[in-house]
Amino acid sequence: MVAEQATETAMPPTATDATERVAQPSRAPFDEPVTDWRQRHLLDVDTLSKDEILRVLSTASAMAEVLDRSVARTPALRGVTIFNLFYEASTRTRSSFELAGKILGADVINVSGSGSSVEKGESLVETLNTLSAVGADAVVMRHHASGAPWLASRTIDGHVINAGDGQHAHPTQALLDAYILLQEFGDLTGRKVVIVGDILHSRVARSNLWSLTTLGAEVTLVAPRPLLPAALAPGATEREHPLSLPSVQIESDLDRAIVGADAVMALRIQNERLKGKLLPSSAEFARRYQLTAERIAKASPDAIVMHPGPMNEGVEIAVDVAHGAQSRIEAQVSAGLAVRMAVLFLLIRGGA
Amino acid sequence: MTTMLIRGGRLVDPASSVDAHLDVMIVDGRVAQIGAQLLPADGMEVVEANGLVVAPGFVDLHTHLREPGQEHKETIASGARAAARGGFTTICAMPNTEPAMDSAAIIDGVLQRARDVDCRVLPIGAVSKGRKGHELTELAALRDAGAVAVSDDGDAVADTSLARRAFEYLSDIGIPLAEHCEDPAIAQGGVMHDGAVSARLGLRGQPAAAELSIVQRDITLAEAAGAQLHCCHLSTEPSLLAVADARARGIHVTAEVTPHHLCLTHEAVAGSGDDLLYDTNAKVNPPLRTEADVQACIDALAAGVVEAVATDHAPHAAIDKQCEFDAASFGISALESAWGVVNSLVDSGRLTLSEAIERLTIGPVRAWNLDRGDLTGLGTLQVGAPADLTLLSTDAVSRVEPASWASMGKNTPLAGHTLVGVVAATISQGRIVWDGREH
Repeated sequence: MVAEQATETAMPPTATDATERVAQPSRAPFDEPVTDWRQRHLLDVDTLSKDEILRVLSTASAMAEVLDRSVARTPALRGVTIFNLFYEASTRTRSSFELAGKILGADVINVSGSGSSVEKGESLVETLNTLSAVGADAVVMRHHASGAPWLASRTIDGHVINAGDGQHAHPTQALLDAYILLQEFGDLTGRKVVIVGDILHSRVARSNLWSLTTLGAEVTLVAPRPLLPAALAPGATEREHPLSLPSVQIESDLDRAIVGADAVMALRIQNERLKGKLLPSSAEFARRYQLTAERIAKASPDAIVMHPGPMNEGVEIAVDVAHGAQSRIEAQVSAGLAVRMAVLFLLIRGGA
Repeated sequence: MTTMLIRGGRLVDPASSVDAHLDVMIVDGRVAQIGAQLLPADGMEVVEANGLVVAPGFVDLHTHLREPGQEHKETIASGARAAARGGFTTICAMPNTEPAMDSAAIIDGVLQRARDVDCRVLPIGAVSKGRKGHELTELAALRDAGAVAVSDDGDAVADTSLARRAFEYLSDIGIPLAEHCEDPAIAQGGVMHDGAVSARLGLRGQPAAAELSIVQRDITLAEAAGAQLHCCHLSTEPSLLAVADARARGIHVTAEVTPHHLCLTHEAVAGSGDDLLYDTNAKVNPPLRTEADVQACIDALAAGVVEAVATDHAPHAAIDKQCEFDAASFGISALESAWGVVNSLVDSGRLTLSEAIERLTIGPVRAWNLDRGDLTGLGTLQVGAPADLTLLSTDAVSRVEPASWASMGKNTPLAGHTLVGVVAATISQGRIVWDGREH
């Protein structure tokens, strides 16, 4: 069984492993019940153990094999109804969740904030009750309010998968980022990961903090003070608060932080935040925080460049870096599909 | 002539430094006699207070009654019933109704509606027309109609020039400006305290500096104008220090804290388990702060820097809280749990019983100079004072169960918490308005 093999490996394959495994014949790999998965929802990665993260990622590499087939289809979730409930615009997350469900044989129904009862003023709780009543097995949810998926998990019977809530969490993005990093480095213990840009407003950064530290990486956050949560700023009280984000390095100087980094992740910054109210200008931001070839040269020679997208090329990342040899940005998008297939499969076929 | 004897209790009246086993006789809505082992006359109603503390009825400087305009959240009558259950016999109604209490006619209407309810209602007028922060209301007319203070509570008087003129104009009107100390330019729509928990939850934070900014500005303006500043619901250590400092310099500044800022931190939003709660019942403005701030509020209350516990009772309908955290209304329904919170501080040794009762009675009365005219003696139990009393248990333990409350607002993060202290009975203007004693 490919899936079991993957569990024993407990690690997504490095490039060589993947080649070996693709060479093996894939028999229907997802027919057996999943007996070792106990999470009912995927709200964030902060509640996942290292083993659980690795379990998702090994399942994702098995899913990647399905995607390599000439007809990429498996009936693992046949008869399952998944609602994609998106209150915010999204291209890659929404389409990859939709495709993930369809490849696994599920019925996938898209509900968006516009063109639905939401526009008529229906409350979130009412919308969720409606989806529950029509038999949603799982709801994939993107919402502008932080915490909305937690409300959903207490409201509906089915599984809830957080596809991004406000400025809070984006667990599948963090998992696909971990997938890329493990594929690259095999093990993240002691690996130096730099996340740079708009930390304050970033759900990607928050979720990555949890998964990367759980996997043993040394994380440095780089941002100007207005783009950093006050609690992470130098001199903040309550740094040891039990509810705090994981304790990581905080740095305001990218040129210093990037030295020797194994991976550098740029975050999207919204243009309206660069018009003088929050930060002086786009050019000023680029001067200090843009990922340029010159800066990447200070990182480890094998360093990779990541970005959750959508990119503002020429703002947080230079065009040549975004498309250069060290960039894994396109690979991130491809990995997103396999990771989301794995998440849907484990939650719905798991024991919880 | 109606008469009543409250006997067998321990009378605690901080205004007159009395703490003794004394009985109270009431005649026609006023305290007629106080003494040991008074004998009831024929036909006199006798209220047994054995084992209970007999205190002046509580005075709340900060209550939201929602009427007119939002009667689905609370009415004057239901809010007054909740007050009675909480031991309050006088509540000051904030003007953020719909329409706002920004004219003598609307204040008059509120007083009419409050005439026969279970406690005394003293209205607070708006500082600005419609609470919009642009033009001053007719402040003297509001006072003459019965307003005991003015406030745009819910919002600060953000426009500094309007705040300056309000303080100047109020300097000879004789009522305080009760300020909601939150600088909107700093708070920027924050939905909870800006700190470790907001960073974790990805919620927009409201920095402590937003409170201090207005406290400092208003101290400056009140001093320059020679008017009274009353700081509503202070929640941060630096603000409390600023008030103490201003008071020491002789500036007329008074302050209140709420029960929830005396017992809860911003952790209440997240809850204590693995499952993040995003508890909308803990969404309140000013937000619940850090443990250091809670301790500073308790210390300031004990030291008398803060002279009043005020509830900021803010009832909401269930639908206003059963939603996304960002979309939920701010506010905590607080009248019926206030005594339990404050007495729990007595139980844990942070306040004396006399201090606790003082901050709920004569403390607020003096802060706003309410002891005048018909209200002479308010907040005390002296002969001639209004017959407003509350009978308190200081050791009974009870769970907070909002479902059983009189308030229409069941929104409290204290639901299920255990508090020490129960309001056994309340007498308002000589009438028993709440009796929860075990018979």
